[in-house]
Amino acid sequence: MSEQVYEKLKKWPYPVNYGKENEITADVLIIGGGIAGCHAAISAIKRGAKVAVVEKGTVLRSGAGGDGVDHWHLACTNPASKITPEEMMGVLKSTFGEYGYGEFGNGIAAYISSRESYDAMLDIEKMGVKVRDVDDLFVGAPFRDEKTKLLFAYDYDNRFTIRVQAANVKPALQKEMKRLGVAIYDRIIVTRLLTEGGKPGNRVVGAMGVNVHTGEFYIFKARATIISTSIPNGLWMFSTELKGAAALQEPNLTPESMAMLWDAGAELTMMEASGTRMQSGGFSYLMYSTGNSHNTWFACTLVDADGKEIPWVDRNGKVLKTVEERYHCAPGQRAFVYDGPRLTPDLPERIAKGEFKLPLYADLPGMPEHERRAIWGLMVGNEGKTRIPIYWTFQNWGFDPDKDMLQATVQPPDLYTWGAWWKTYGPRQYRGMAGGGPVFDWDLKTNLEGLYAAGSTLACGANHSGSASTGRYAARKATKYAATAREPVIDRKQVDAEKARVYASVNRKDGMGWKELKMGLVRIMQDYCGECKSEEILQTGLRWLNSMRESEIASAWARNPHELGRILEALAQVTLNEVIMKATLAHTASSRPLGLKRLDYPQMDPPEWRKYMTIRQENGKIKTGELPLNYWLLPPNAPTYEENYRKHSEI
Amino acid sequence: MEDAVYMMPNPVTPNQCVVINPDLCQGCNACIEACRTDVLVPNLEKGQPPVVLYPDECWFCGCCLGNCPVPGAIRMDFPMNQRVGWKRKATGEYFRIGMKNPPPPNTRPPIG
Repeated sequence: MSEQVYEKLKKWPYPVNYGKENEITADVLIIGGGIAGCHAAISAIKRGAKVAVVEKGTVLRSGAGGDGVDHWHLACTNPASKITPEEMMGVLKSTFGEYGYGEFGNGIAAYISSRESYDAMLDIEKMGVKVRDVDDLFVGAPFRDEKTKLLFAYDYDNRFTIRVQAANVKPALQKEMKRLGVAIYDRIIVTRLLTEGGKPGNRVVGAMGVNVHTGEFYIFKARATIISTSIPNGLWMFSTELKGAAALQEPNLTPESMAMLWDAGAELTMMEASGTRMQSGGFSYLMYSTGNSHNTWFACTLVDADGKEIPWVDRNGKVLKTVEERYHCAPGQRAFVYDGPRLTPDLPERIAKGEFKLPLYADLPGMPEHERRAIWGLMVGNEGKTRIPIYWTFQNWGFDPDKDMLQATVQPPDLYTWGAWWKTYGPRQYRGMAGGGPVFDWDLKTNLEGLYAAGSTLACGANHSGSASTGRYAARKATKYAATAREPVIDRKQVDAEKARVYASVNRKDGMGWKELKMGLVRIMQDYCGECKSEEILQTGLRWLNSMRESEIASAWARNPHELGRILEALAQVTLNEVIMKATLAHTASSRPLGLKRLDYPQMDPPEWRKYMTIRQENGKIKTGELPLNYWLLPPNAPTYEENYRKHSEI
Repeated sequence: MEDAVYMMPNPVTPNQCVVINPDLCQGCNACIEACRTDVLVPNLEKGQPPVVLYPDECWFCGCCLGNCPVPGAIRMDFPMNQRVGWKRKATGEYFRIGMKNPPPPNTRPPIG
């Protein structure tokens, strides 16, 4: 198609007005129109607030949940559930450890999800999204509750993860927002928060951004602001060529949200956490597109090149003989989220010894029909980024789950531990989903007055139902605050300074393009904040970034509003890289849960470092602090989840 | 010679992720509305197919296709470096995305 473009090279298809100001006033401003932002908007407007949502892509389909969802986590309050939210917190703690609960966020975010995710699911059902087996396709299946017609995944004993048919959840949410009168501002990259007097650390009174179609400038003035953007990606690995379509998270999930929090003086934590998971290799395939038994494909049978089955074991290592046994707790296990039945953990050695021959295949035809249909028809049919990309693409090329076994990635044997094999090969990102973000309390409020957080912003709690749950919760708090908050006042000097900053790259005649900038920045992180970390290495990295600010970054060049948006992401990436390096420097120990290995401080997790380190800027200086692990159940908070929730949830 | 030859930058990578069939496309721009990364932009000629301007930024989410009112007007295929294969259990035949003469499409719809 490039010929079509260049042959008919024409002017930019949207009217361009760099710098033209648009001012919008709202009670509650929501930054990020993904799952958390949409649920927040609906919840806030139902409580009478005037709501504006600003989104870099398009609310219709953007965000990590833009393509839909197939499994609804932590629905502990559904009528068929055999586990309470309180018990679930114990399961999460024993599964994930002390620093956070992986994709479920920390104790606050996870408990809110456990209490509200079922209600959030009922919300989308009212919008017309199918969340149960109303067509009676799975009558009699072991994962179906015959009374409610709910279908469950993973732990069939405890029934807290619901299989939903929600490929179209985003259009349904957008329609509901429009019906209720939420003001939606698509295609605007928010670059900076507005604070009273323009000073970091002061009350947040809105945000500023640029439209990536028109280049116009937007000033959002708000009594309360919710930040519901996702985890920054592409910090250690960026390549539209190598990865592109296979990137784990959508391409719009970039560093500007974390950078704007930093610039506004927000207190951040776990910014030094990296390498907690093999996030996404450089030679990835699309999510769920290769043979595996993970997540949406749980618990698919895997066979080797000769058709020999790979054994499954339970948490205790006992071999499971039947498919049916893979969906149940081990003896003595209360419930499972991740540490349930799995492929035998000695698979890498057994492949290396030649007992199992590569390539491996996912043996869908060998699965019982109801499980095969649940994996391929329901889950792959509805999960984020699978209905069209995987289900229909494969089937258009003739794939038949009744007959065909999907090949797994061929990779070094040591990578065949249980997990997402589509993404494990090649140069790695070092930052996992349990990474950092703003410190927040039981109001989902940050340390800045007027600023709340929801969704993946909360301790990188990156899952769909958690985003929905915390979105509606944060909106209740923000709306309550906005009702009595004083009139927001915009600092004109802050606006002018931001305008000068954001448009610099369009006022040049040449310079460095956004892709080269991003490629250069990931090289710095790979070299100076990757496997080898020490005082000298990190300081060298900061020196490089500082020097780049004066030269390459200062030459950043955008030829249209689209390129401008990507340049603004790259500028934010410089800030975030610096924050991560500074946080890493301040953490003078190594830490297994944080994935932090320092050559100069090799001791793993010394007792004095069993805490969250916090970091923020104040008057241009770095301020570090600390929070106890489990801070959400320590004073000034109440000692139990239930009590904190009752005091803060506004329910 | 009918086709003029131009000096041009190289084709971007990938460049065939999203392909619009101009014979079927009605030029309604519904795909543009659904695209999160502006891979597609409007054609300056009204009613003409959108321009696939930034195929290298395509995340292959399929939302453009999902929002398109005309079946078959948009074709999406994995970038060549991300194509995968499978084996037919009963016969051992090997198939892959992108092969010549693939088996006929499987039209069974997903659930929901």
